[in-house]
Amino acid sequence: MSTATVQGTPGLSPVPPEPPPATPNYLNNSSGIWSWLTTVDHKRIGILYLISITVFFLAGGVAAGIVRLNLLSPEGAIVNEDTYNRSFTAHGVLMLFFFLIPSIPAVLGNFLIPMMIGAKDLAFPKLNLASWYVFMIGAVFGVWAILAGGIDTGWTLYPPYSTRASQTNVVPGVIGVFITGFSSIMTGLNIMVTIHKMRAPGMTWGRLPLFVWSLYATSLIQLLGTPVIAITLTLIGVERVAGVGIFDPELGGDPLLFQHLFWFYSHPAVYIMIVPGMGVISEVVTCFSRKNIFGYHAVAWSSMGIAVVGFLLWAHHMFVAGISYYSALLFSFLSMLVAVPSAIKVFNWTGTLYRGSITFQAPMLFALGFLVLFVIGGLTGLFLATLGTDIHLHDTYFVVAHFHFVMVGGMVMGYFAGLHFWWPKMTGRMYSDWWSRVAAAIIIVGFFFTFVPQFILGYHGMPRRYPNYPAEFQVYNVMSTAGASILGIGYLLPAFYLTLSLFFGEKASANPWSATGLEWVSPSPPPPFNFDEEHMPVVVAGPYEYALGIDQLGRGLPESPGTVDDPSSRAGGHTGPAGPMQKETEVVG
Amino acid sequence: VLKHHFEDLHQQHASERLGMWMFLATEVLFFGGLFGAYSCYRLWYPAEFEYASSFTNLKIAGVNTVLLITSSLTMTLAIRAAKLGDKSGLYRNLLLTFALGGGFMVLKGFEYAEDFHEGILPGAASFGNADPGVDAHHNIKNGAVEAGLDTGKVRLFLCFYYIMTGIHGIHILVGLGCILWLVQQTYANKIPPENYSTVECVSLYWHLVDAIWLFLMPLLYLAGAHIHH
Repeated sequence: MSTATVQGTPGLSPVPPEPPPATPNYLNNSSGIWSWLTTVDHKRIGILYLISITVFFLAGGVAAGIVRLNLLSPEGAIVNEDTYNRSFTAHGVLMLFFFLIPSIPAVLGNFLIPMMIGAKDLAFPKLNLASWYVFMIGAVFGVWAILAGGIDTGWTLYPPYSTRASQTNVVPGVIGVFITGFSSIMTGLNIMVTIHKMRAPGMTWGRLPLFVWSLYATSLIQLLGTPVIAITLTLIGVERVAGVGIFDPELGGDPLLFQHLFWFYSHPAVYIMIVPGMGVISEVVTCFSRKNIFGYHAVAWSSMGIAVVGFLLWAHHMFVAGISYYSALLFSFLSMLVAVPSAIKVFNWTGTLYRGSITFQAPMLFALGFLVLFVIGGLTGLFLATLGTDIHLHDTYFVVAHFHFVMVGGMVMGYFAGLHFWWPKMTGRMYSDWWSRVAAAIIIVGFFFTFVPQFILGYHGMPRRYPNYPAEFQVYNVMSTAGASILGIGYLLPAFYLTLSLFFGEKASANPWSATGLEWVSPSPPPPFNFDEEHMPVVVAGPYEYALGIDQLGRGLPESPGTVDDPSSRAGGHTGPAGPMQKETEVVG
Repeated sequence: VLKHHFEDLHQQHASERLGMWMFLATEVLFFGGLFGAYSCYRLWYPAEFEYASSFTNLKIAGVNTVLLITSSLTMTLAIRAAKLGDKSGLYRNLLLTFALGGGFMVLKGFEYAEDFHEGILPGAASFGNADPGVDAHHNIKNGAVEAGLDTGKVRLFLCFYYIMTGIHGIHILVGLGCILWLVQQTYANKIPPENYSTVECVSLYWHLVDAIWLFLMPLLYLAGAHIHH
């Protein structure tokens, strides 16, 4: 923390002098629960989201635990079939709508986007707070639906089962997801407008950190996809409540139409979940390789490519549902096409790692885990995009494993990488280096044990969502459940050492990882308006000038990685000049 | 007028405008899902949809169309008044817009009431369940059976009729609320000329709701306008 700010007001100090006031930061500038519930500070709202989604992550994890434990025996080990259906539905709904979708955009995006582009706040601070309240209202409906007996339709809510057969709380669940969707739209809209209009002088589109690019692409999907699921869920709700038939074949309705509308959002939604994770990986891999990112423009535009192509391939969920041969061909082709921008990213990250000075702190371990797991998840996706193999693999555990490799191995790893990377910035504290590395290793090992057996199960034909299975599948199911237990321990560890770091952690410097982004210019934790109001940042350099050793203000980076960043150590300037950059080196941007 | 986190008014207004345009994009996608679903069934079941459409009240819909289009004009005049600092003109045009939009909703209410009496409803029991006084020859259910149409598909049209006009009506009500809020803001002197973009943002929303009606009109009311009972 800068020593210059810890001074009393000269000339006014009474005798004896008061102790110097604590440096105001966003955490201590006001206090009390009410100051949090009425805050419009994007950083505090990010923390509110962090706390909320952590609760939902744990709840969704408990539901997953019930599913996995029940699958220990071929007849179902602990619960009956109905409860099993409700458990996997609760797991899906909680994890997708109440954890994964808001995870990086609403927590890290909220916290970091204004800081990264050099703004004081998001464009619409009140809308931002409203989005959290809307999220919580939706969550109340969702939790009510689950606690008051649950939903048994699976998270996909396919009619006619969801509209005619199911006796469970479909309507409150639908209302919950509907309302939560609005919070997602609000966050996306806010982030997009902020990126367009609030960038600091010199922060051109070509100097935006790749995390910002990835959230721009994500916000685009949130903005254009979410309203479609909103209207689709409205139709389901109306059909169920009023007893009319929009998707009911008896009245001329078509259940396939629901699937089209549902996947028009819900397929792009998986890109809402994974693209922000990719943004985190771009930041972390670059920082811990001490190299400029390889192929900045390719990585930036591939995010946009995923956002656009991602809207055009929804019907690959319906290959066996009775769509025409030609549309199946087209959607198969388009599904393969989206692998291209994803592969571009992976190649560029690998290019960044190549001959980098890699260090293995926790964020980097999570990021490397992401790379491996995401590649496996992505490649197995191609099996499902291929029409012939999809007929064999459709609705089996192969799909479950593929999906979890991308969503958990990809996005959750990305989320943990980001959380560990920016935790010192958010809280001003360093967490345990040792325990965080152990947790990353346990999560990666547990993950493999959980989901690799599911590929085998699926390949041999075990259908998803079934509570029972033939006895010869038991060994793989037991392996998977054992892996899930390891994974569960891995996920609980950060809850402990991160919480402990708040009380016992070493104080974090402004830039503990020696990273280049504007968010590292501010003290940790940052002041209420992110930057020194008298000296708002002026950007003179590209986002990843690790080779030159300068941040985006053109100042030299501190020793890497360390926990001490006072101006005297920076003046040593082993990598670059202090102060604004000279004109002749500006070409790097 | 300038909020703390913006550099200047230009940036603030540009952000507000962009935000509103993006919100309109979500609205287009929201109604787009409905239009898409409607279009599928319209294409598959032309006879039933045209037949059912002929029972909608074209007169009220026509008057309502005129009301909404006129309200878009007065809304635009309100922006001009705000920009010129013409407070009385701003009041006048906002209240006129409110009156026209309110008129739309009142007529809509009469239209729904009439549909209700004539049994123009999609439910299994309510379909064709007209009040005793209504001429049996004008009963939507009897007519469909006589013409050999599938009543399920006729009811499907009515589902869309109520959902689409209903959701549109909710949007009008929200718009009316925003206009009332603008009137209050004008009264509190919170809309000086340099802050006219507030009026502009509400007007953008109002125009979109108006434009959606211009699509609903042919889809729901004109589809069967050539059929006479």
